[in-house]
Amino acid sequence: MHEIVSDKNWENLGQYPVQTEYDIVKVRQIVRSYAKETGMGIVEQTRITTAVSELFRNMYNYAGGGEVLIEKGQIEDHTALIITCIDQGPGIPDIERAMTDGFTTGMGMGYGLPGAKRLVDRFEIYSVVNKGTTVRVMKWR
Amino acid sequence: MNIDFQERRIPIIKIRDYLIVSIQVDMHDKMAVQLQSQILHEIERTGAKGVLIDISVLEMVDSFIGRMLSGMASMASIMDAAVVIVGMQPAVAITLVELGLEMPGVNTALNMERGIELLEKMINDSL
Repeated sequence: MHEIVSDKNWENLGQYPVQTEYDIVKVRQIVRSYAKETGMGIVEQTRITTAVSELFRNMYNYAGGGEVLIEKGQIEDHTALIITCIDQGPGIPDIERAMTDGFTTGMGMGYGLPGAKRLVDRFEIYSVVNKGTTVRVMKWR
Repeated sequence: MNIDFQERRIPIIKIRDYLIVSIQVDMHDKMAVQLQSQILHEIERTGAKGVLIDISVLEMVDSFIGRMLSGMASMASIMDAAVVIVGMQPAVAITLVELGLEMPGVNTALNMERGIELLEKMINDSL
């Protein structure tokens, strides 16, 4: 696990707060429109939208909200959509466990992180207890 | 972007013994929970034997909406009403499986017509 930093060559498409349930819906719709614009097919659009919906809800439920950064960049010859979710919540003490199917500490059923990971092409997580969590997903197909 | 989510309500239509619910908007969590209780209330009020939920315009079903739908099916079944979800888009079905979400007790049909047929069959079988 290493700290998550942005590449200077990536294009910033916007930064949005996720503080309410309405923000979850609004920002996932924004992500979908960028996925469409990037040329993704309907299945890929659905995958990335569903993945970020899980991540946004995690931020909302466990960290009281956070910020979402949407970027576009070249990843290994692919034009990728890069979504970074940053929160200042309690952090995840045991990431390996949190990435296990069926694990949950709250209202969820434990599909959040491992489920989201399966739906994207790249998944990175960085978390410090009592400081916060950053999750970055990339999708290019 | 300024969308007023709070004001929208999803209509529930009763035809014969069935309730027809067509979800036409991207639901936020409270709206999904509200719809769940609204449907149960309508089952009680009308004595409907079956509920058809059309999700053909839903562009995504995440774990929250998925759980709401399967919870809905179990609750309705306790109230002696059958639930059939119709019109799930292929991309949504693919994503749900990859997400790892199982929806126990949820019956699905390709479209409204087959959904009604399935409901009729379920209700006749339980008689």
